[in-house]
Amino acid sequence: MEGKPMIEIRSLSKTFRGKNTEVHALRDINLKIEEGDIFGIIGMSGAGKSTLVRCMNMLEVPTEGTVFFNGMDLSKLNRKQLREARRSMGMIFQQFNLLMQRTAEANICFPLEISGVDKITARKRAKELLELVGLADKAKAYPSQLSGGQKQRIAIARALATNPKVLLCDEATSALDPNTTASILSLLKDINRRLGITIVIITHEMSVIEEICNRVAIISESKIAECGEVTEIFSHPKTPAAQHLVFPEGKHTTEQFTGKHAIRIVFDGSSSFEPVIANMVLEYKSPVNILFADTKNMDGKAFGQIVIQLPEDVSLAEKMQRYLHLRGLTVEEVSGNVG
Amino acid sequence: MWDESTLQMLLQGVGETLYMTLGSTLFAYVIGLPLGVLLVMCASDGIRPHPVLYKILDVVVNLTRSFPFIILLIAVLPFTRWLLGTTLGPTAVIVPLTISAAPFVARLVEGSLKEVDVGVIEASQSMGASAFQIIWKVLLPEARPSLIVNCAIAITTILGYTAMAGFVGGGGLGDIAIRFGYYRREEDIMLITVVLLIVVVQVFQGLGLWVARRLDRRK
Repeated sequence: MEGKPMIEIRSLSKTFRGKNTEVHALRDINLKIEEGDIFGIIGMSGAGKSTLVRCMNMLEVPTEGTVFFNGMDLSKLNRKQLREARRSMGMIFQQFNLLMQRTAEANICFPLEISGVDKITARKRAKELLELVGLADKAKAYPSQLSGGQKQRIAIARALATNPKVLLCDEATSALDPNTTASILSLLKDINRRLGITIVIITHEMSVIEEICNRVAIISESKIAECGEVTEIFSHPKTPAAQHLVFPEGKHTTEQFTGKHAIRIVFDGSSSFEPVIANMVLEYKSPVNILFADTKNMDGKAFGQIVIQLPEDVSLAEKMQRYLHLRGLTVEEVSGNVG
Repeated sequence: MWDESTLQMLLQGVGETLYMTLGSTLFAYVIGLPLGVLLVMCASDGIRPHPVLYKILDVVVNLTRSFPFIILLIAVLPFTRWLLGTTLGPTAVIVPLTISAAPFVARLVEGSLKEVDVGVIEASQSMGASAFQIIWKVLLPEARPSLIVNCAIAITTILGYTAMAGFVGGGGLGDIAIRFGYYRREEDIMLITVVLLIVVVQVFQGLGLWVARRLDRRK
């Protein structure tokens, strides 16, 4: 996508200083998040990703570097201007952070109230948003009466109340069960498509990135290890940090295979998600042994890797390799203990 | 002893005790509530950290709180005379009671506000709330149940202190207990005043808990 980025981070560092300690939470971070992106930031806990998202709306002030939001240098704003800017950036949290003494509706009205919107208009907007998140019947419920997923929906509605350009999500699904996570993610995807809101997602779960993000930055040991299109990183993770996240057991597992004629088939999204191996076996009427498989179906395309052991017959094995090549797959020999 | 005048005196005692207690509580909150809010705001983990101001307030609060009430009661007599023109009667006692209770109330308020989840404060900051809006629309309403329970504690503590007001001619049930029970050895009157004090404490404590529970939306 062209045009100026929605959020741009330039050589940002954040150091927390204690009395005798210095913790470098972030080092020299450079990022561009384009308008309309669903941008994932993934890393192990303690990698600095939550600090990074807090720098995006200045809840944490960077030690060095700059954050541009919609072309504005956030560090140059005074308190009042920063509050204005924050109204264009919604944020949701792992623990929802709803006001416990307010009803769902009053929670959604809160950001409107503090930006000076009159009560009637605020209520009307809250009603629309409750419908958007599918909880129109819960307007008068208090957070303690709602489930985790419902609370997060209310939090999303609240974050959207002021019509933000960006929605920052800090581990927004980490406290939820898999089904609820899926429904929250599809709601976020829907919001991104229908309202055109740029979404930044902080997570430690690769499945979240895979589910809805188009771009991803992998953060490891306070630095960005790799950044790019999700499809690209999934198929060709270059750095150890990325490989570890994409194939949590991958590299180590394949090292055990020492059989002859073992090949690794890499699915990089260029082939459709068809049963290639099964078709090949049917074609040549000879079985192959699947030693390892880790593939994912993303938007109808296959990503991941399969390690198979080909028949002893050399010519047949070669034919099979050619068959796979013709289907646009990357095939490489795995011999001995090559990973 | 159950004559008209004794009953009249006890009734007046209850009235004076309530007047001193509630009056002092009111003024103690007028001073203590903003002070408590300020303590939370200026703390190192507050929304407007200010180590110097925090340290000053902290020391002042601790100093006033460690001052024995009976000494304070006498020490502020000149101030009370200057302020009200007299040092006698329930109204005059409200002055030392307020001075003594305000820092205590500040600590109670500080404690209540610190119970509010930092995540909620962070969320309101992310929505562009100002410091004043965070205090007024987040901290105080979210801490409401705890503030009410602590208010009941403040009232009952102040009530206990009003009993000492008798020493400086402050009036109230404590005064009666000292004059009749202690000086004149009329132990039945003393017993009655003690029972009345217990009843009043129970009522305030129970009422505070009940209101707090009624207004708490967390369950």
